[in-house]
Amino acid sequence: MQIYLDNAATTKMSKTAINAMLPYMNGVYGNPSSLHSVGQRANEALADARERVAKLLGCGANEITFTSGGSEADNQAIVSAARIGEKSGKKHIISTAFEHHAVLHTLNKLAKEGFEITLLDVHENGIILPEQVADAIREDTCLVTVMYANNEIGTIQPIQEIGKICHEKGVLFHTDAVQAAGHLHIHVKEQNIDMLSLSAHKFHGPKGIGVLYARKGIRLSNLIEGGAQERGKRAGTENIPAIVGMAAALEEACGHIDEYAEKVTALRDKLIAGLSEIPHSILNGDAKRRLPGNVNFCFEGIEGESLLLLLDDKGVYASSGSACTSGSLDPSHVLLAIGRVHDIAHGSLRLTLSDENTEEEIEYTIGAVKEVVEYLRGISPIWRDLVSGKKEFIIK
Amino acid sequence: MALYSEKVMDHFRNPRNIGVIENADGIGEVGNAKCGDIMKIYLKIDNDIISDVKFETFGCGSAIASSSMATELIKGKPLSEALGLTNKAVAEALDGLPAHKLHCSVLAEEAIKAAIKDYYDKNGIEYDHKQFPDCESCGHCCGI
Repeated sequence: MQIYLDNAATTKMSKTAINAMLPYMNGVYGNPSSLHSVGQRANEALADARERVAKLLGCGANEITFTSGGSEADNQAIVSAARIGEKSGKKHIISTAFEHHAVLHTLNKLAKEGFEITLLDVHENGIILPEQVADAIREDTCLVTVMYANNEIGTIQPIQEIGKICHEKGVLFHTDAVQAAGHLHIHVKEQNIDMLSLSAHKFHGPKGIGVLYARKGIRLSNLIEGGAQERGKRAGTENIPAIVGMAAALEEACGHIDEYAEKVTALRDKLIAGLSEIPHSILNGDAKRRLPGNVNFCFEGIEGESLLLLLDDKGVYASSGSACTSGSLDPSHVLLAIGRVHDIAHGSLRLTLSDENTEEEIEYTIGAVKEVVEYLRGISPIWRDLVSGKKEFIIK
Repeated sequence: MALYSEKVMDHFRNPRNIGVIENADGIGEVGNAKCGDIMKIYLKIDNDIISDVKFETFGCGSAIASSSMATELIKGKPLSEALGLTNKAVAEALDGLPAHKLHCSVLAEEAIKAAIKDYYDKNGIEYDHKQFPDCESCGHCCGI
């Protein structure tokens, strides 16, 4: 049995996306900047994909910039807002402690340039309150960047309310919607979003392609200099097959968004219920206000990497926020941000579902996780100390 | 290339000498839950020979494999030989570890030394303190 439960890492490409791409690798291989027919056909495909993506996000085609993915879009959005801000002496940026590293590391870079960064605390349920943003905004705030949904624990942030507050105070609002796009409804105008990042491979599209939406009038700063592609804001020959594949994948995902959410949420809740039966385990993040496909648990007394390796042996493909899986000594900054201590953050497991998963797979997975957790606890000196009362359980 | 060698995966999947020795002659526990790995080694010692050894480990695949391999390398050996076991020997016996996992083999070496030290201390046996360097000197994170 092979059960793929790592859809937050990446997804399997949909047949629709693959089929949409093929003609642009075979016949229509032209450079959209070329004047001849094969180039112009590629240019038409580019314009068409831009129109379609814009329509799905609720914006104009001229507000869409194609990038190499979510990280690049996050980098460019934040740096652009910082450059706009510093022109009028505004060098304060607000974000949260549990953003993706594409956001956090860009903010670190700006901090070294003299920007002041406020990272809002995250509540134990993994959700930021709009009031926190309102309280943190200052005269010199140039940007608020808060993710739509967290990549590890799946919690959904009140971005529409946060965007409203930002607009009332005249501050730009960016959201990293990499985990949300194709899974949650997006309408940038209705949701008061000035800038948004997304990545195709999180919704069954190809890897290496993403979008930066920036409201008309927001001047983007280049990360890559060169030709005049993307209105001169992102040089480099456009990746036409990937752009076309992304548009097809996003259309498909948005076309089924409610139907898939209902199906996947049912599977998610079944998985959460099953794993909750494991003693001294805890769900990370709000049980309901989370992505349809996200399940994230901590199990006391065990370490995440060995859990993943043994699940892999049973055909279950998952991920963890343990330090050992990241190559650093610290476990996931997301789990630490919601108040999990190091000791239990090391024992985390993230299972992220897609609409292709079945009830049988979920039942098998629950059994497999129970078995592996029990085995690893049986060889863990910490578990022995906990059970014998020498140490106190952190997760009751 | 896979993250781990076949040998690491074999020792991880089928750890040797796993468990506890009741009334062990020496017990060594090193590591820190905060850093994500703890190893505990139990020794049975007869006439300066390690007649039995067991371990329990909380940690990643390489931590479990390193403890398993280390126990195999010292089982039936005289204490003097077990004291000479280096982390390098453990890593080599496992056909290597990824660079960021080498500290797991360091922990295995330390756990064995800690268990032998415990045996010496319990039995009032004189020893050279230099054989047992401070935990802080290893560069691992237990000191944080």
